[in-house]
Amino acid sequence: MTTAPTPVPSSAAADRDSTRVGGGAGAPRTAPQTPLATSAAPRRRLRPAGGPWLATLPLLVFFAIAFGLPAIAIAIGAFTLSPDAPTGAGTFTTSNMTASVQGAYATALLGSIKLSALTALIGVLVGLPLAQAVVTSRFRMMREAVLSASGVLANFGGVPLAFAFVATLGNAGELTKQFKLTSHGWSLYTFNGLTIVYLYFLIPLMILTITPALEGLRVQWREAANNNGATNWQYWRHVALPILLPSLLGGYVMLFGSAFAAYATAAAMVGASIPLIPLHIADALSGNVLVGQGNVALALSLDMIVVAALVMAVYLPLQRRSARWLA
Amino acid sequence: MASLMSRIRWGRGAVLLIAGAYFLVPMVCSIIFSVDDNTGFSLNAYTGLLSAPGFLDSLTFTLELAAVTVVVMLLLLVPALIAVRLGSQRLRTVIEIVCSLPLVVPVVALTAGIIGVLRWGPDYLHDTPFFQTIVAIQNPSFPVVLVLAYVLMSLPLAYRALDAGLRGVDVRTLVEAARSCGSNWPRAVITVVLPNLRGALLNATFITLALVLGEFTTSSILGYQPFAVWIYEAGKNDGQMSVAVSVLSLVIAWVLLLALSAAGRERRGRKPARP
Repeated sequence: MTTAPTPVPSSAAADRDSTRVGGGAGAPRTAPQTPLATSAAPRRRLRPAGGPWLATLPLLVFFAIAFGLPAIAIAIGAFTLSPDAPTGAGTFTTSNMTASVQGAYATALLGSIKLSALTALIGVLVGLPLAQAVVTSRFRMMREAVLSASGVLANFGGVPLAFAFVATLGNAGELTKQFKLTSHGWSLYTFNGLTIVYLYFLIPLMILTITPALEGLRVQWREAANNNGATNWQYWRHVALPILLPSLLGGYVMLFGSAFAAYATAAAMVGASIPLIPLHIADALSGNVLVGQGNVALALSLDMIVVAALVMAVYLPLQRRSARWLA
Repeated sequence: MASLMSRIRWGRGAVLLIAGAYFLVPMVCSIIFSVDDNTGFSLNAYTGLLSAPGFLDSLTFTLELAAVTVVVMLLLLVPALIAVRLGSQRLRTVIEIVCSLPLVVPVVALTAGIIGVLRWGPDYLHDTPFFQTIVAIQNPSFPVVLVLAYVLMSLPLAYRALDAGLRGVDVRTLVEAARSCGSNWPRAVITVVLPNLRGALLNATFITLALVLGEFTTSSILGYQPFAVWIYEAGKNDGQMSVAVSVLSLVIAWVLLLALSAAGRERRGRKPARP
């Protein structure tokens, strides 16, 4: 940590940065310590002939197969008639796409977007103070316990969470029985119920996402603000939050994407009683559609990708911006 | 100032307490639910686990998938990431984009695409060797198609973990030093660079493990029965057992991650400070 309260990122701090994807300034900045100028020979030996390409080639080939082929299948399938159509299988059509944004599918798409937008917002608002409390905690054990628990909850997937909540707040759940919640109109298998379950993995995801940014806030900034007579509130309002804003928005996007894509929780908990787009896709994939509509699943997938891509497109430039301050 | 500090501490305590309650209550309730027989306390849900039909099969199936996925992921990512650290900026951007793109495609959509590709087999490629390949990767005893999907899903997470680790290590200098001491390429990477990445490798491995052990979407839609799908299927007959397994798997994963992070830290503590 540098002692000068300067907002310019130092190279020592740049090395400390962890989860940022953008940037890329780390390596060149650390390089000057190496004796590159002495001779060209060690520089040449640094890479074996064709090394970088040879080492990255397997990854690129894998990506082309595992990502490229399904992407092509979606792109083609969404705009052609299903193989099971009575006539004209494989010919170009826009009927899949039209069908995918009408009727029950439109309701499901909107339902998914609404649920994701709401849960992501709550997740950000709750996750920020929690992450701050964890980051500034004096107990390292607790810090690690919380961060690793967050890692598990955010990545482990929805089925165990769904069952835990069914046991807690479901129709025969412990809390439901204890407090007779059903008579107060409570049901887990509704939009509100799903919101509570989604937050159970979205808040941990927010903690994981925002922690590096919070760790990047310099103590000196707070000290400088306090020395200038700023209150705690003023420090957050005028110093910390503006710096964190890109990271917060980035966190919102991550949470939105995660909630939007979540399938396991909803499938294990509510079946198809709440209209959500991943449930409809799975349904269509297992053949629960009208004859000749098989490719609607691919059109729905394309809808999802478009929504996710639009949201992600907001995220990437933002990350570049936050990288400037929290390097 | 003193009053301000104490207020912050109180605020923090309150925040953590409420959050702790929110996150612990479902766990505690689940445990109560799983041992609460109608007649009283009973551990049947736990003792009956090993003999439950399909439990061990699905668990070993998942562990096999997880092991292969982790190995493939590491073999693909680690050389590529080390190479782009030493190599060009342009290649680095390519890898970054490649590893971020899976985030844009929700898993259900990816699965739909995979099914689309698998259907090409019988539809268009019947007389070509590709058809045999497509059949082979769907082999029910070890579906390679799931490994492909899992590695792809783990790319963004594992990339972040490994990249964070590489940021803290001056790969270029390490390799230069090893090379000028006369070590050859594989040796420079394996004995010098990789030990410095221990923590990052463990992190990436664990995240991938967690992802594969809990994965439900792709496997259930493609019709395989790994652990998460088994929990779901078992829940239709015996809710208590599913809840018991759910809590157990979450707690075991958490303890494992704690142990891993402790292991990574001890090593770091013994090491002299980096220049």
